[in-house]
Amino acid sequence: MNWLNTIFILALAYLAAFLEGRFGLLRDILGAQITLLPALMVYASLTAGIGAVGLLAVCGGLWRDSLSEDPLGVSILPLFMIGFVILWKRELLLRENRFAQMALGLAAGAAFPLGTLFLLMNLGREPLLGWNTLWQWAVGTLAGGVLAPMLFGLFGWTRRAFEYPAMKQSSFREDREIKRGRQ
Amino acid sequence: MGEMLKKQHYTISVLVVLLVVALLSLPRQTADRLKLAISGIFLPLFGLAASSQEAVAKSNGVLTPREELLREINALRASNQLLTLQLRQAAGIYRDDEQLRQMLNFRRQKPSWNLQPARVIARDPETWWRCVWIDAGSRTMAGMRTNLPVLTADGLVGKVVNVGETRSRVVLLGDPGLRVAVLVGPFALNGTAAAGSSWMRENNMIDIENLSGEDADRTVHPGDEVATWGAGGVFPAGIPVGRVVDVARREYGTTTEARARISAHLDALQNVWVMILP
Repeated sequence: MNWLNTIFILALAYLAAFLEGRFGLLRDILGAQITLLPALMVYASLTAGIGAVGLLAVCGGLWRDSLSEDPLGVSILPLFMIGFVILWKRELLLRENRFAQMALGLAAGAAFPLGTLFLLMNLGREPLLGWNTLWQWAVGTLAGGVLAPMLFGLFGWTRRAFEYPAMKQSSFREDREIKRGRQ
Repeated sequence: MGEMLKKQHYTISVLVVLLVVALLSLPRQTADRLKLAISGIFLPLFGLAASSQEAVAKSNGVLTPREELLREINALRASNQLLTLQLRQAAGIYRDDEQLRQMLNFRRQKPSWNLQPARVIARDPETWWRCVWIDAGSRTMAGMRTNLPVLTADGLVGKVVNVGETRSRVVLLGDPGLRVAVLVGPFALNGTAAAGSSWMRENNMIDIENLSGEDADRTVHPGDEVATWGAGGVFPAGIPVGRVVDVARREYGTTTEARARISAHLDALQNVWVMILP
């Protein structure tokens, strides 16, 4: 497990949960809450292991729920499910491809509120549903699609800033050296 | 290796699911307490956000553009000048109002005197401290003539010396040409009020000469009232003139003189009464 990567992911989840709770300007403008967690889970599941996915689901879900009206822990399972599914099939995904990242972000953005809603309804809660819910779901989905590639860019830049650059392979090969002159 | 990873996946999945089930099964109160405890992790960030907001608000106060500050200063200066002018006007109006009220009361106190109001319209540019012009003349005020007493609620001011059709010239107390017969103190000693020996410097002071009585220096004291006597036919008796400031013997002790401060504010004359005499 790349601990630095996991730490960055958790730090960003912590910041995202705080920013979502503290600043409501974007929410007031759009009329819907944008959450970073699904896109972050896409990134985590494509670049880290099951440990990071589990940690992100638990910590991110708990942090988010602690500042929201949702029951504590209700966000954990949808997040984990997203991460688990991507992690399960990630060998088949083009993780470096921007379009794939965006598509996964869209899917995660769409699945996360649906999963949470499903859990809430099964818990006997009565969430406020209406036509506005569709708008909020659409905004959340689009936000997931936009944020996922951005996160890949951000983490790529961070990794380059904090990690030693990979040493370039020299094109020189001893077994192909041309020896001139008489042997 | 693959099997181990699979096992790890399942273990973590089971743990997560168990955690979720445990959390969702918690009693409401416990869940709320736990929520509160977890949200406590954000306290440093909330504090940071609050302090940075405060800092931003402060820095906005510090970083107000200079042009805006100058504009505000200019606007405040203009407003300040305007308000100062208005304040002065209001003070002037208040002063006039007070003076007019005093004059009105004075007139009510002296119903037997025929007092006519007049306004000081000018001062003599050369002898401004002992001569004023009033807006009462022979055409505008019935009975207007020379040698009429001019007074305010505080006391005697002077007498009319020239009468025009619409204005008249008044010579003020303290002019060397104006002498007034006065009574001084509780024993009503006779004397003559004339221009003060220091009238060039102190135009609110007069000398009282020829105080009658051998022991005048003992019977007259600083603070005693000086009023017109009525002798001479110009000034009727009982008009306040001033108050004694000091007393001294002159001419090797043969006469007594006193100095008095004039009651009327000759420097600030605006409205006066002209006493019309038959």
